[in-house]
Amino acid sequence: MSDLSFVRTEMLPEQAPPASEIGVVGWLRHNLFSGWINSILTVISLLAIYGVLSVLIPYVFQSVWNAESLNECREIMLANWGSTHGHACWAVINERWLQLLFGFYPPELYWRPILALVLLVAALAPILFADRVSSKLLIVTAIYPFIMPWLMWGGSVWGPVSIALGFVVGFMVLKYATNAMGELIALIAAVVSALIWWVLLAGVFAGALDAILPFALESVQSRQFGGFMLAILLGVVAIGCSLPIGIVLALGRQSHLPIVKWLCVCFIEFIRGVPLITLLFVASLLLNIFLPPGSNFDIILRVMIMVTLFASAYMAEVIRGGLAALPRGQYEGADSLGLDYWQSQRLIIMPQALKISIPGIVSTFIGVFKDTTLVSIIGLFDVIGLTHAIRADTAWNGIYWELFAFIALLFFVVCFSMSRYSMYLERRLKTGH
Amino acid sequence: MKKSVIFGALTVAGLAAGAAAAGTLDDVKARGKLNCGVTTGLVGFAAPDANGKWDGFDVGVCRAVAAAVLGDPAAVEFVPTTGKTRFTALASGEIDMLARNTTWTFSRDVDLKFTFVGVNYYDGQGFMVPSELGVSSAKDLDGATVCIQTGTTTELNLADFFRANNISYEPVPIETNAEGQQQYLAGACDVYTTDASGLAATRATFEDPGAHVLLPEIISKEPLGPLVRHGDDNWGDVIRWTLNALITAEELGVSSANVGEMSSGTNNPEVNRLLGTEGNLGEMLGLSADWAKAAIMAGGNYGELFEKNIGENTPIGLARGLNAQWTDGGLIYSPPFR
Repeated sequence: MSDLSFVRTEMLPEQAPPASEIGVVGWLRHNLFSGWINSILTVISLLAIYGVLSVLIPYVFQSVWNAESLNECREIMLANWGSTHGHACWAVINERWLQLLFGFYPPELYWRPILALVLLVAALAPILFADRVSSKLLIVTAIYPFIMPWLMWGGSVWGPVSIALGFVVGFMVLKYATNAMGELIALIAAVVSALIWWVLLAGVFAGALDAILPFALESVQSRQFGGFMLAILLGVVAIGCSLPIGIVLALGRQSHLPIVKWLCVCFIEFIRGVPLITLLFVASLLLNIFLPPGSNFDIILRVMIMVTLFASAYMAEVIRGGLAALPRGQYEGADSLGLDYWQSQRLIIMPQALKISIPGIVSTFIGVFKDTTLVSIIGLFDVIGLTHAIRADTAWNGIYWELFAFIALLFFVVCFSMSRYSMYLERRLKTGH
Repeated sequence: MKKSVIFGALTVAGLAAGAAAAGTLDDVKARGKLNCGVTTGLVGFAAPDANGKWDGFDVGVCRAVAAAVLGDPAAVEFVPTTGKTRFTALASGEIDMLARNTTWTFSRDVDLKFTFVGVNYYDGQGFMVPSELGVSSAKDLDGATVCIQTGTTTELNLADFFRANNISYEPVPIETNAEGQQQYLAGACDVYTTDASGLAATRATFEDPGAHVLLPEIISKEPLGPLVRHGDDNWGDVIRWTLNALITAEELGVSSANVGEMSSGTNNPEVNRLLGTEGNLGEMLGLSADWAKAAIMAGGNYGELFEKNIGENTPIGLARGLNAQWTDGGLIYSPPFR
């Protein structure tokens, strides 16, 4: 008998999948043409994209980069393409981009804001990328708040130094008085001694050192600040200050101490109940009337304070959301370990609450950063304010979209980076399963 | 930690507040700089160039005052103000004078307590329409949509005009002139109304200015001029007579080109008094004898300022019209220097 068998003894070799299921064709079939409705929608979408791009690409790339005025732009467009429609006149950006970036900051001093920006990156790196950057860079972070104003406004180096010394004074008092007088009194003594230093002694100290060892940068008036630099300056200060203030406010709002609690609630609700633009008008107009005549309270400083207060109130509510999302067991667990209030906040509550709040915190940051353009309404020349000024030049009167496209690009780069960073941070801190 | 900056600056501000306020003229001399409020940008009247240097018709007044008081036309701190912040900035002392195409009205003078020291431009509200609309008079505008800047006198004038003529309109509120241009060109409104000088400047920027006409009606009086706070008449006099010096200089034929030559003495006693070679007018104002010469050299006399910034040879191309010297049938008239 022959060896007849009806059971296959060896595997068939694997066959290549059908051509319509793999590669580009397969991807297209699966994702774009998986049914007749989807196919129609795909075709319509492609037509819409083509429609937009066919206008946008000539607008952006068939454009005039070198011209002295809008009319000259139009003449060049007519000569080259026979029509002035659908072509951008980037010449205005070419002529004014430095002004849009720096405002009226003296051109020979542009290195100072640029250096401040580079140092900002160095100061933020150990905080933002703690796992990759040496923590020694934290020293830059610590001194940055004193270096930045000195670089931006100039003046004697001893001013920021003497202000920084106020913190040292407060810290020393706190350190040595805690043993002698107890924590609360030591804290109060530290704050009072730091205030005494700033109000009474710092000026004298700075003046004396300045006389002995003069070392100063050429000072720049606040009126000369402007452009995108102003947005970054206001944004960085507001973002940097609003997070700690917001945390304190959020904790204060949950405090069991009634006065602390009600102070925080009133502050948060008042600030959140008022539009930012109202606060800016208060800063620029009302304060002028209440301050004694002849007093000179820097306009940019006033705006910084208002924007920071505004951002803090929102930040407090975002962080309170994070605190509320933590299960009670976390608080009780911290208590059962015998941790005191600050220890449990620092080691257990805040790391979790802040992690939950990251998307909210970052969207508040982005919102604050974009809100800085509102200062154009009180007459500061930020990028939006500068567009009015540029249009008031007879050469560029009537130009519109090119300026706003440039500004949109600037803001998009910054805001998109912030948003991507927050996604990176969420991934890094993810401890779920 | 950045709070430190705030505390520090508050301290500085507190110390600075101790300095008492004397007369504005003394303040300006002590400071060495004139704080002059201007617009955040209006074609021909005030605009910063690519280097941040301000130029324009109103700016010329600021520079003339700075030259008269401090001897240096560059000793001006230009404080940009918006329509909403300008009066508070002046009232609170942030600026010493406002030269911001501001209309002299009863309530601003009396109620807001400012002193308008003169008129440097006689304007009036006009209308611009596309010529294809075939409208030849503002009275044909019944039912039209009108682009109008909010918070200005033009808004009130418009309502008055339409009510007086018993016709209706639909307002399209806009915030700035630039927005008005875009809305008007996009067809969001049939008519654009603002000061006639602004309309002319706007029309000059259009791709096809011929397709738009300015209607003949001027429906309001808009005398624009520099102003100061109530209560410091001496400072008000300085600005008033600096402006008058520019106007008188044009009337007497003194220009930035020949002022040097004429200040060595002429046969015309009024020119001599103006330029300080006779009499002591400068001393009476609390200024140096050659104050008017410095003011004229800053940017030229009234006519030169006009021609350079908004006159017929500029893209804005405004005719002198009402703003001609009284000797040429206009309203520009200065009291005598005597």
